[in-house]
Amino acid sequence: MLEARNLARRVAPLVAEAPVVLERASVHTLPAHARFSLRARDVSGVETLDHPIGRTWLSEKRFAARLGPDEWLLGAPESDGDLLQQGIERALSSRFFSLVDISHRNVAIEISGPAAAEALNAGCPLDLSEAAFPNGSATRTLLGKAEIVLARPSAAPVYRVECWRSFATYAHGFLIEAASSASFR
Amino acid sequence: MLLIDCPFCGKRPEVEFRCGGEAHIARPANPFAVDDQAWGEHLFVRKNPRGLHAERWIHAHGCGRWFNAIRDTYTDRFVETYKAGERPSVDLSEARA
Repeated sequence: MLEARNLARRVAPLVAEAPVVLERASVHTLPAHARFSLRARDVSGVETLDHPIGRTWLSEKRFAARLGPDEWLLGAPESDGDLLQQGIERALSSRFFSLVDISHRNVAIEISGPAAAEALNAGCPLDLSEAAFPNGSATRTLLGKAEIVLARPSAAPVYRVECWRSFATYAHGFLIEAASSASFR
Repeated sequence: MLLIDCPFCGKRPEVEFRCGGEAHIARPANPFAVDDQAWGEHLFVRKNPRGLHAERWIHAHGCGRWFNAIRDTYTDRFVETYKAGERPSVDLSEARA
């Protein structure tokens, strides 16, 4: 259980960045968020975790993206971090797992608009078409030279890019550049 | 772009993967029992065939898992990928000379 008084308070990168709203693709930085990296071998019967690799479980506020056979990226609003941790501990109580708080490591950027996929494809080699990357997909991949986790939470052309904080300036700049060239094509 | 069929994630672009060299190399059960020649060959000598080759690959920017692949070194075509610990369905002795 994390104690609130021991929580590290760091300045999130990109906080001063204004949203870039262009005609066909917009880039927003998302506010601070609680995130956990979960590694577990057996999650059978846990509804929020037991889904195929590359898919994500979503509720209004939380998500659980399955990145690999034994790896998940969990997210919740910053104030719900403790609750999410308790929930996982309860759900996996009799099994071996590792749950690491990586809230400060990750930064989320959102890219949206009709040309969002096209802008992402400037640096991301994945097929982002409806058939290959439908609503509810989430996976680790590359954006230019940085490793990201790319998620598509809804059917709308809105993508969430999660990257490490040290890559945030690069990934953000890359997305803005790609969004502007995709917008003015 | 070349697509590699990760046994966990399906077909994914090549840049997400790294190659880890020849697969199925068994370490001598008792290293003290083998002579220098055999130990040196275990460490450094690889098949390097022209044709089908069993290789270890890792989906580094994806699920992060190691797996094995049969790749034709002549055409760079991936014939099969399978999880670590499994055996390929392709007979490697048919490899092109």
